[in-house]
Amino acid sequence: MRISACIKRVPITGGRILLTEDARAINTQHLGFTMSPHEECGVEEAVRLIEANKGDSVVLTLGPREAVEQLRDAMALGVDRGIHLQTDGREWDGEATATALVDAIRADEADHGRFDIIFFGNESADSGGFQVGIRVAYALGRACVTGLKKVTLQGASVRCEQEVEAGRDVYVVPLPAVLTVKEGLNLPRYPSVPGRMRARSKPVSVVTPIRPDPRLELVSLAVPAGQGRRAESLGSGAAAAPAVVELLRKAGVL
Amino acid sequence: MSIPAHARCVVIGCGIVGNSLAYHLTRLGWRDIVLLDKGPLPNPGGSTGHASNFIYLVDHSKEMTALTVESVRQYREMGVFVQSGGVEVARTTERLQELTRRMASANSWGIEPVAMLAPEQVKELVPYINESVILGGFYTPGVGVVDSLRAGTLMREKGQAAGALHVAPKIEVVGIDVEHGRVKRVRTTDGDIEAETVAITCGVWSPRVARMAGARIPLTPAVHQMIDIGPVPRFRGAKSDIEHPIVRDMDTNMYERQAGGDLEIGSYAHRPILYDPDDLPSVEQAALSPTEFPFTQVDFEEQMQHALELMPEIVGDESVGVKYAINGILSLTPDGMPVLGESPDVKGLWSAAAVWVKEGPGTGRAVAEWMVHGESEIDLHSSDIARFHEHQKTRAHVRARAAEGFNKTYGIVHPSEQWATNRNIRLAPFHVRERELGAVFFEAAGWERPQWYESNAPLLEEYGDRVNRRTAEWESRWWSPIINAEHLAMRERAGLFDLSAFTIFDLIGPGALASAQCAALRQVDVPVGRVVYTPVLSPNGGFKSDLTIMRLGDEHFRVVTGGAAGMSDRKWFRDQLVAGAELADMTSSMTTIGLWGPRARDILASTTSDDVSNEGFKFGTCRTIEIGTQRVLASRISYVGDLGWELYVPIEQGLRLWDALWEAGRPHGLAACGIGVYGSTGRLEKSYRAHGNELETEYNVVEAGMTAPRVKEEDFIGKAAHLRHREEEPAAILCSLTVDDHRSKGGEKRYMLGREPILTRDGKRIVDRLGRGSYVTSAGAGPSVGKHILMAYLTPAEAVVGNRLLVEYMGERYPVTVAVAGAMPLFDPENTRIRG
Amino acid sequence: MSVLILTDGSDASRQALTLARRFGDPVHAVHMDAVAPFAPDSLAAILQQVADELNAAAVFAAGTDRGNEVMARLAARAGLPLAANCVAVTPGAPAALTRLRWGGSLLEEARLHSPRPLITVAPHTVSIEEGPEPIDVDVARFVEELDERDLLVRASDHVAPQDGGVSLTTAKVIVSGGRGVGSKEGFAIIEELAGLLGAAVGCSRAVTSAGWRPHSDQVGQTGTKVAPEVYIACGISGATQHMAGLKGAKRILAINSDPQAPLMLNADYTVTGDLKEVVPAITAEIRKRT
Repeated sequence: MRISACIKRVPITGGRILLTEDARAINTQHLGFTMSPHEECGVEEAVRLIEANKGDSVVLTLGPREAVEQLRDAMALGVDRGIHLQTDGREWDGEATATALVDAIRADEADHGRFDIIFFGNESADSGGFQVGIRVAYALGRACVTGLKKVTLQGASVRCEQEVEAGRDVYVVPLPAVLTVKEGLNLPRYPSVPGRMRARSKPVSVVTPIRPDPRLELVSLAVPAGQGRRAESLGSGAAAAPAVVELLRKAGVL
Repeated sequence: MSIPAHARCVVIGCGIVGNSLAYHLTRLGWRDIVLLDKGPLPNPGGSTGHASNFIYLVDHSKEMTALTVESVRQYREMGVFVQSGGVEVARTTERLQELTRRMASANSWGIEPVAMLAPEQVKELVPYINESVILGGFYTPGVGVVDSLRAGTLMREKGQAAGALHVAPKIEVVGIDVEHGRVKRVRTTDGDIEAETVAITCGVWSPRVARMAGARIPLTPAVHQMIDIGPVPRFRGAKSDIEHPIVRDMDTNMYERQAGGDLEIGSYAHRPILYDPDDLPSVEQAALSPTEFPFTQVDFEEQMQHALELMPEIVGDESVGVKYAINGILSLTPDGMPVLGESPDVKGLWSAAAVWVKEGPGTGRAVAEWMVHGESEIDLHSSDIARFHEHQKTRAHVRARAAEGFNKTYGIVHPSEQWATNRNIRLAPFHVRERELGAVFFEAAGWERPQWYESNAPLLEEYGDRVNRRTAEWESRWWSPIINAEHLAMRERAGLFDLSAFTIFDLIGPGALASAQCAALRQVDVPVGRVVYTPVLSPNGGFKSDLTIMRLGDEHFRVVTGGAAGMSDRKWFRDQLVAGAELADMTSSMTTIGLWGPRARDILASTTSDDVSNEGFKFGTCRTIEIGTQRVLASRISYVGDLGWELYVPIEQGLRLWDALWEAGRPHGLAACGIGVYGSTGRLEKSYRAHGNELETEYNVVEAGMTAPRVKEEDFIGKAAHLRHREEEPAAILCSLTVDDHRSKGGEKRYMLGREPILTRDGKRIVDRLGRGSYVTSAGAGPSVGKHILMAYLTPAEAVVGNRLLVEYMGERYPVTVAVAGAMPLFDPENTRIRG
Repeated sequence: MSVLILTDGSDASRQALTLARRFGDPVHAVHMDAVAPFAPDSLAAILQQVADELNAAAVFAAGTDRGNEVMARLAARAGLPLAANCVAVTPGAPAALTRLRWGGSLLEEARLHSPRPLITVAPHTVSIEEGPEPIDVDVARFVEELDERDLLVRASDHVAPQDGGVSLTTAKVIVSGGRGVGSKEGFAIIEELAGLLGAAVGCSRAVTSAGWRPHSDQVGQTGTKVAPEVYIACGISGATQHMAGLKGAKRILAINSDPQAPLMLNADYTVTGDLKEVVPAITAEIRKRT
């Protein structure tokens, strides 16, 4: 079977997000990068499915030159190869991202056959557009189920559990399908050292799609006001316990 | 939280160094200490917070080993040390040889027990190692890990309990005010503190803080990579953080240590990644901490392969994942040693920077002693902040040398190894001539000095068997038999020496004499035109330095000292200046050429009409003579033990003087001689001592055999101690030994290079009553005496001429004999040559 | 011009309605349960046809999981851009808007170049304004004509939540642990306090990544977003990822040995100290008083 996972390079933000001087991006000078958390589960699921069913797995990303690091991260977990839709680092909106991915997926499928499942994160950690996976599914004419916490193959179909307020809704859709997943789908493994070493020599093909003018156009970013509450200290160590209990009593929860 | 308005000392930085220094200051009786950090406690976010916290004891540097051993003592006392043992493994024969050198250093510095292990023995200690890729290991059972944050907390608490320490986290220093060259106050985000002294102990931020006071601390932040993999099945249920010895994979610049259920892998193998102190993120900007940077996987690729080779059971386990990976930031200096002591830029401003966890508490103690008593028990001359010459404090130099030195962290560094970067900084005026003569340049204080001249190769033929050849690669490295041939040419005819690297400064004014007297052991109130060679003592009567002082006028003294110690000597003299005295640095105004050998007088006489006869120009005197149009300050002394002069001229005339002497010398067979002769063979034959080798603060004048018949009336630093030493039986006596048999077990002749342990005939360490072990302080050829000469301090019982002992070298022991107990020269013991 | 909204009658939908009114009048509404069981492609198909028929100036929905999902499908089939999780919008060409990024840790000013803006409104970010109620669209004829393909994805079954303690989403009190708890076993003291308070147990992402707690306990941007009366954060540093889940919490009490930890700076109340001492002390204090 063939599985792919689409991921996005995002900075690992600490306790406070700092912006660049032009306020158009996060200041990442001191930050590391990762893939969005939901996508880690997509990659893990792809790896598990291939481990169980044999076949071929591909990880795709659209991002700057450095995003190859995230492709290698995914390949270190067991994905077979990568496709890098390389950009100049500017922001791409969800619509343009999906279009470029569809082109790359079609090209890969033309050479290697159809993907049975394409995994996406339910939404990216940074821009949170909630749409790329769905757009790709529509363009490819495939069923798409979102917000998944459990995925089970059932022959030519896949059973999906979607998180809803009270429990989970179950969908069964035929393959091929596009599935957008949420963290909690599985517990992603850490990459092993041999895995990391294998990732070095796994193939990554690079394409450079042309960026259309975004129709959802980022103008600037801002840190919302009101961050940083005025904390009242209830004391230090065990001696603070009575004050804590008093607080709980006042809040009416004791 | 309010901070005190006044402090005896403000210590800036709550890492392991600041905590230790503040504590030791209180222990030594200082009160009103304020310890600040811009970060929170107990982990303010510096390098201490992410250090791997393990401690290997043995270093080739005696100073570093002493600081480390003292640190371990303190960590043990605080109960934060867990002994795990450590094995440094060798993958190559070259490394195996290096490990035998480490074994020798362990014996020299008294690190016991240690052992060389076969691969199978390493496997017994570290069952998850792949013993097939190693050739052996050097085992130090005393290696362990510490909780450096806990140690810091304990030390702060002790200082606070004594009521002598005020700790103030989350306060940032925004300025340091200096008045009349002296530190005055520290300005912080929470107000000003009037400070008598300020100590900068903030690691990678130190240069930034020092700059606030107009001072420089030459270090650069650099990356050390570290990953944590787990869970390791073998370590499941580990009862403590570490139950197996720490492995240092020396040939790959890596280490592997158990950390609870995980394995931590660190590396110094990657490309040097340097940062500017100004580029470090604030606590708020940093995702983890300001000194934990995002891991750069691309720099760790090879290291994974190496770790996999060495520990396939763990590293190759697919179930063991990389859980944590950082680029940790630590401090590197241009010469690899810490930056300690009072800044030469600002009085009262102290530095204790570029210190790693392993030597933290020992350094804190040593610097505290230095601040309180004026000197530390451990000689810190290699770490003295005052050691740096101006160019060595530039950003370009710090970065170039730190980058070059980084990959030597676990390197095999030859004792004579030369730096490749940032050379040709200071060139003698006759550098062009030296090049023409095929000089092989070694660096001293930035100066390019000929070590020997390839153009002297024909001398090898001339002297034939009298020139010792070396076959072993190690001793042949950074060495040439031409040095010995040049030596013989100097002894038989004459040699011309480039002495440009001298540091020269003048003491001028009505207070000049008193200032010079204060620093010098010997009487310097001598007639104008006399040259005095004198030790400079530390308060406890050890050797701060040794140098020569020329009296050029009633109120004018010229101090000449070596380049290496030049800057700290200058600071020392500047600190002793009395009213009415000024110090003027002449180093870049004067150049010096040495002319020595039996034909030296003939050569000099042919260039000048001045009287240079023995009667007309006595040994130990100096005066200005004319050589053509040049006025030359000639000083009749010698560090090579032969007739001749040091000749001083303005630097722009140096080339002309060189040419004049060279021309005059040709009929006499004058040879250009390198520092190989000046610094080693010439002086060793004459039993002349060298600072940093024989002469350290840890040894005194009596022990060094340099006691003069009388002590001058005038007061000088270290006088009381010196008078006491003269009354005591010396605990050790500096001896010259000769090697009886150079042949190794393999039949190759081997030549010691220095720092090797001297052992009794039955192989035991020789330790004096003060606990100091015997080791080779200097080693080198004595071509004129046909012996390889070693100097070493021996106990009085062993310091007997003819006594047969052993020296350990490269894992083997060689017989040696005490040739001289004391300062008597092996060559020309009557000193007829220099005085003739 | 009229405006279309996808509504489920919730406050979040009423917030979306508040912004929708700025784009036109009247507002027409299609209900989330127009197709039952839920079939997002069908809803998107219906929305597209209704919007076309009404020539709607814009289509709105709440930025809930379902709202975002259906609107993304509408955007995909209509070939239009979608702005998800907006908190402010101004009609125009282009429309100017403010939307959430990083789970609300950042605000993005953006322009939406679209003949028909498709907008979801981030829940709990807009004050509900009263105004004319939307006109319900009769969707029966659209439902009848639905393409089979648009019914391919539909909820065919439901799994009830596992019966396990107090739900994070509805809990009045949450006792939550972070990396500082140190181990799986370390959560015993957290559970004990939670039990005493009738509280839910929460945790940070570091904890679930380490495998100490199930992901269902995770509070944060990619975990559960919570709204308790009191949130007690024990040994949690407070990365933005975690803070994104706490926006609804009324009172935050942080317990941490590092007073500079972001959560300590973003809390209402703090206790500086080792949670392994503080938490059992609180438990003991409650026992003492009851």
